[in-house]
Amino acid sequence: MGRAERRELLAGYLFAMPWLIGIVLFTAGPVIFSFIISFTDWDLLNPPHWIGWANYATLVHEDPLFWKSIRVSAIYTLFSVPLGMAFALAVALALNMNLPGQSVMRTIYYLPSILSGVAVALLWQWIFNAEFGLINVLLRKIGLPAPGWLTSEQWALPALIIMSLWGIGGTMIIYLAGLQGIPPHLYEAARIDGANLLQMFRNITLPMLSPVLFFTLIMGIIGSFQVFTQAYVMTNGGPAHATLFFVLYLYRNAFEWLKMGYASALAWLLFIIILLLTLINFYMSRYWVHYDDAG
Amino acid sequence: MTTPAEPTLSQASPGRRALAPPSWTQSARLRRRVLGLCAFIFLAAGAVIILLPFGWLVSTSLKRPAEVFVSPPQWIPPDPQWSNYREVIQTWPFLRYGLNTVYVTLMVMLGSLLSCSLAGYSFARLRWRGRNVIFFLSIMTMMIPAQVTMIPLFSLFVALGWVDTLLPLYVPAFFGSAFFIFLFRQFFMSIPRSLEDAARIDGCGYLGIYWHVVVPLSVPSFITVAIFTFIGTWNDFMGPLIYISSESKRTLALALSFYQNYFYGGIHLHTLMAASLMVLLPCIIVFFIFQRHLIQGMILSGIKG
Repeated sequence: MGRAERRELLAGYLFAMPWLIGIVLFTAGPVIFSFIISFTDWDLLNPPHWIGWANYATLVHEDPLFWKSIRVSAIYTLFSVPLGMAFALAVALALNMNLPGQSVMRTIYYLPSILSGVAVALLWQWIFNAEFGLINVLLRKIGLPAPGWLTSEQWALPALIIMSLWGIGGTMIIYLAGLQGIPPHLYEAARIDGANLLQMFRNITLPMLSPVLFFTLIMGIIGSFQVFTQAYVMTNGGPAHATLFFVLYLYRNAFEWLKMGYASALAWLLFIIILLLTLINFYMSRYWVHYDDAG
Repeated sequence: MTTPAEPTLSQASPGRRALAPPSWTQSARLRRRVLGLCAFIFLAAGAVIILLPFGWLVSTSLKRPAEVFVSPPQWIPPDPQWSNYREVIQTWPFLRYGLNTVYVTLMVMLGSLLSCSLAGYSFARLRWRGRNVIFFLSIMTMMIPAQVTMIPLFSLFVALGWVDTLLPLYVPAFFGSAFFIFLFRQFFMSIPRSLEDAARIDGCGYLGIYWHVVVPLSVPSFITVAIFTFIGTWNDFMGPLIYISSESKRTLALALSFYQNYFYGGIHLHTLMAASLMVLLPCIIVFFIFQRHLIQGMILSGIKG
């Protein structure tokens, strides 16, 4: 190895050093540690003691709240992700039509997606207020029944799903970029062949957009299984555990009840669920995702 | 659906008929105009719905307590109470929380920009043994939900005596994050190698090339990462919730959640909304200034990911 190569090697390691340390210290180490801890009973104050598969066995067989939290997160994902994708796609298609005012519209749709956290949760909590909230005021005005939303066991989760649709702007931007990357000659050729708009959408737009749709599907699922702030701030998991999201339940086990081992088992199950969903989607993607040769 | 648009078009068509292309183009154009109109109405209606919560936020924040709980609500308060904002700043250690938040956010931005750009450059340009394997592993770490590492990291920071300080909120940023390293790498790979070679002939070392060639040429990428980290850190709730217990060390997001617990009996909604708006405002301003960079970053992450 020459001197120049050695210098490059050294520089390469040095430049990447913070990250290499970071991977070991803040990712790989903790992941392994978390796996080990998930087989123990640990309250952070006393030394952990080994209990084998007991945490996992309790989760699956004896913990109805675990199953409730899985169901809450799954239902939320099942609705918020596809609905969000559909709305984002509809908006992106419309924004891609060269209509007047499109850049203002794009800004408006994009803005809420960068806002998140406690302030947004508090705003929506007020919007969903059963008595004086914006939504029920509007519903009453047009003569529709006004549910209790966040105070109703039946409507709390739908409320959070509706709220999630406010933030579709990021997905919409990705779709818009995808749409602008479709070569116009494809549409021209289809038009000459006498295809109508619906046929063009089904046979050109959707296949050309499918890699991007696939990407946002995966990211959407991962994100929606990690919902926490809204549930913590707006409903605190209630009423009657109707919004007990998986990560909220994990947080309670870890930091309210100091059941670190149990919470680590939950975290590993979350990891496995996300991994499985991603793998299933990768497998399914063969049947609907189209990768262009050029792309 | 088609009827309202038809008259205008049929009025316009006779004059053009002499030169008109075959009739299927005419009907296609008509259909496209109708479709455009429908799309415009759809977009405009959606935009109004998107904007309503903002209007509601501003409106409530300017009301008197008694005006908040009125049905039907008044969108424009007859006498806007700008003093609500002053009340928040005076009755609540808003500036203290603001300073904590600004400090943590700036440190995370600094740490991420430094560590991720250096690692991104190393992955993009320097050849070293194991580079590709480690880059692949780095990408894989994006799959790991933060909740898996949360408990071990908490116990690590307990052991270091860092709990209830701001350190756990920003120190990890100095050790990089896979997503931003990936973004930087993508940007850096598009820099022509010839520029680096020229700098090398002029006697630059690797750090010199990074500083004099790579950084000046990738200002947009630095801005993009800075904005992403700003928005993420500013809004972060779970980190402060887990690590901060003293009132004086709260960030705005955490403090706001306590503000809610104390005052959400109803009566203080006007100041709660004023406080929320003030917490959101920096993000909204940053959004309007750097919208293009945000969009660039989204596109890069979406398409290359």
